[in-house]
Amino acid sequence: MNKLVVSLSPHVHSGDSVKKNMYWVCIALIPALLCSFISFGVGAIITTAISVASCVFFEWAINKFMLKNPKCTVCDGSAILTGILLAFNLPSNIQPWIIIVGALFAIGVVKMTFGGLGCNLFNPALAGRAFLLISFPVDMTTWPNPGQGFGTYLDAETGATPLAIMKEAFKSGNADVLKQLPSFQDMLLGNTGGCLGEVCALALIIGLVILLAKKVITWHIPISILVTVFVFSGLLNFANPVYANPLAELMSGGLLLGAIFMATDYVTSPMSKSGQLVYGVAIGVLTVVIRTYGAYPEGMSFAILIMNAFVPLINNKFKPKRFGEVPAKK
Amino acid sequence: MNNFKVLVNGIIKENPTFVLLLGMCPTLGTTSSAINGMSMGLATMCVLIVSNFIISLIKKLIPDAVRIPAYIVVIASLVTVLQMVIKAYAPEIDKSLGLFIPLIVVNCIILGRAESFAAKNGPIASIFDGIGIGLGFTLGLTALGAARELLGTGAIFGISLWGEQYGMLMFVLAPGAFLALGYLIVLFNKYVKKA
Amino acid sequence: MLVVLTVIAIVAAGVLASVNAVTAPQIEKINAENLAAGIKAVMGSDEIQVSEPWEKDAFVVYDIDDKDGNKLGKAVVTAENGFNGAIKVLVGFNAEGDILGYTVLEHAETPGLGAKANEWFQDKIIGLNPGESNFTVSKDGGDVDAITASTITSRAFLRAIQNAYDRIMAEKDATSGATKQVTAADIETPEVIE
Repeated sequence: MNKLVVSLSPHVHSGDSVKKNMYWVCIALIPALLCSFISFGVGAIITTAISVASCVFFEWAINKFMLKNPKCTVCDGSAILTGILLAFNLPSNIQPWIIIVGALFAIGVVKMTFGGLGCNLFNPALAGRAFLLISFPVDMTTWPNPGQGFGTYLDAETGATPLAIMKEAFKSGNADVLKQLPSFQDMLLGNTGGCLGEVCALALIIGLVILLAKKVITWHIPISILVTVFVFSGLLNFANPVYANPLAELMSGGLLLGAIFMATDYVTSPMSKSGQLVYGVAIGVLTVVIRTYGAYPEGMSFAILIMNAFVPLINNKFKPKRFGEVPAKK
Repeated sequence: MNNFKVLVNGIIKENPTFVLLLGMCPTLGTTSSAINGMSMGLATMCVLIVSNFIISLIKKLIPDAVRIPAYIVVIASLVTVLQMVIKAYAPEIDKSLGLFIPLIVVNCIILGRAESFAAKNGPIASIFDGIGIGLGFTLGLTALGAARELLGTGAIFGISLWGEQYGMLMFVLAPGAFLALGYLIVLFNKYVKKA
Repeated sequence: MLVVLTVIAIVAAGVLASVNAVTAPQIEKINAENLAAGIKAVMGSDEIQVSEPWEKDAFVVYDIDDKDGNKLGKAVVTAENGFNGAIKVLVGFNAEGDILGYTVLEHAETPGLGAKANEWFQDKIIGLNPGESNFTVSKDGGDVDAITASTITSRAFLRAIQNAYDRIMAEKDATSGATKQVTAADIETPEVIE
């Protein structure tokens, strides 16, 4: 009896599903996780594991006991992805209970309060990071130095990140401070201080290639962010050498991680291609502005969150073309 | 409506913080701790009771066209008196509430109650309305202040429960005020208002 | 209706005037007591005579003598822009310029971070002499540990005290006819440029 299913069009399924896309993003993040393990040791793995486990647990528990939703939403992989991204935005020597609080905020407040996957206004992992940064500024800004052996966790020695050095140079007006920056090779391979997932530029670029090849994301958002940051910080650098080299800006901090994995989150980014370009350029400009003039050294997460809030407006202005629509003749 | 009903109405059905959402500026601005929230609530309650009483007494004398300026003069005078008294006899409260005391003048709860209750009811009922709404506001602010203090500093009314290092700073700052208020409104609607 | 409004305004004015007459002396008394207690605390001594303050640029300076009339030092009200607006500090120096004590009068720093300035520096800067020690945060190569994760507040706080020190020392040099000339520009240039 059930062989013939009558439903509304469309009838051809592209084979795309939330689950498949989420798992491909997770796979694309694996190189960065491996690099992070090499740089920061076992702390990177522990942090990621705690974050993923608590995100999945909170998603399951809220769904079951508060929303009383019989459908299991854990299996779509979105909570796992949120967990990985949240961990990637934390220093690897952070206390476990802070990670759990961050996961509760990301899943409970930012995602499930608004109605779960697809309804959240802000990227849960980034909002979780912003919450932790404001709430526990001391723990969130003591960055471990890389290369202290594989057993390093809470006891890691700490030091300044490239972004802090850049800020210092700009604030003191002394371009010589920039000489303390790690070499491009170190930044490419992740041999610098920072959040655990953001340090290895090469691994993140491999992730971008995977996502583009599997058509999980399109090039519009990441490339528009990267080009904007490169051009804007290049102009600043050209005008005054106390601003860092644009390549260093590109490879430091959460810029690549944010541009490739966070700004491209389906739920919180614009739908049309032109809207995505506007969104990407605005994130790029905001990031450089916050990095240069703001109170915090890193501006990527705040820039994405600010633009998340503008997505409904962008969607309203830059509507995707309806299928089969022909421009009206004048 | 008897006076007791007027009183309860102000605390639950027309709770200014959780139902009417009036007077949000002091609600969000002064509730960084339970004691601050409570003093702000009590200060507002004093002004509200007296202004309700005076306005219901003189309501027949005031021509309709100038009632708003007249109410404002009464309320502003009361607030200024209160501010001077607090400065003189409770300097600690003055220090922690600071600018928010003179801002009671523009608190829409007070003008709102003058317009919607005191101008239509007798002096005794108006006093009860002032107490009810004032208590509702005080309870709302104290609850919000306690929640923020507990989450932000791990203490409640200054008594430390689990140590300041476990406090989430955001709840002491402005964004935490909005978040905590939102969740308290959810809880109020689910458990108190329905009951 | 003009009459009604006028009457209400006159009554209100009368009430305010009479309450003000009662509370104004009390408010004055409290302010004076607070100031006296603050000065005693920062000078580390209860038996002091406070002279009339003199104001110079943005600073308010109180000359402090002990009960026998010997010069004890100076208490200075100084301010500097912190993370979230002005930090106003009352700081006491002895005649040599050593810091005897300080108290933060007004600030709008972040609770839990910069707001700790009133306690944090008590055991770190008292006894130091801003002219002799390296009076900047350790991150800038100085002798004072900054408040954890609040470098901007710490720098501003130390700069406020440094400015007060420079101010009273310049005054001392000018009156004693010393050769060292400190111009206003020198004083306003911060020790540490952020």
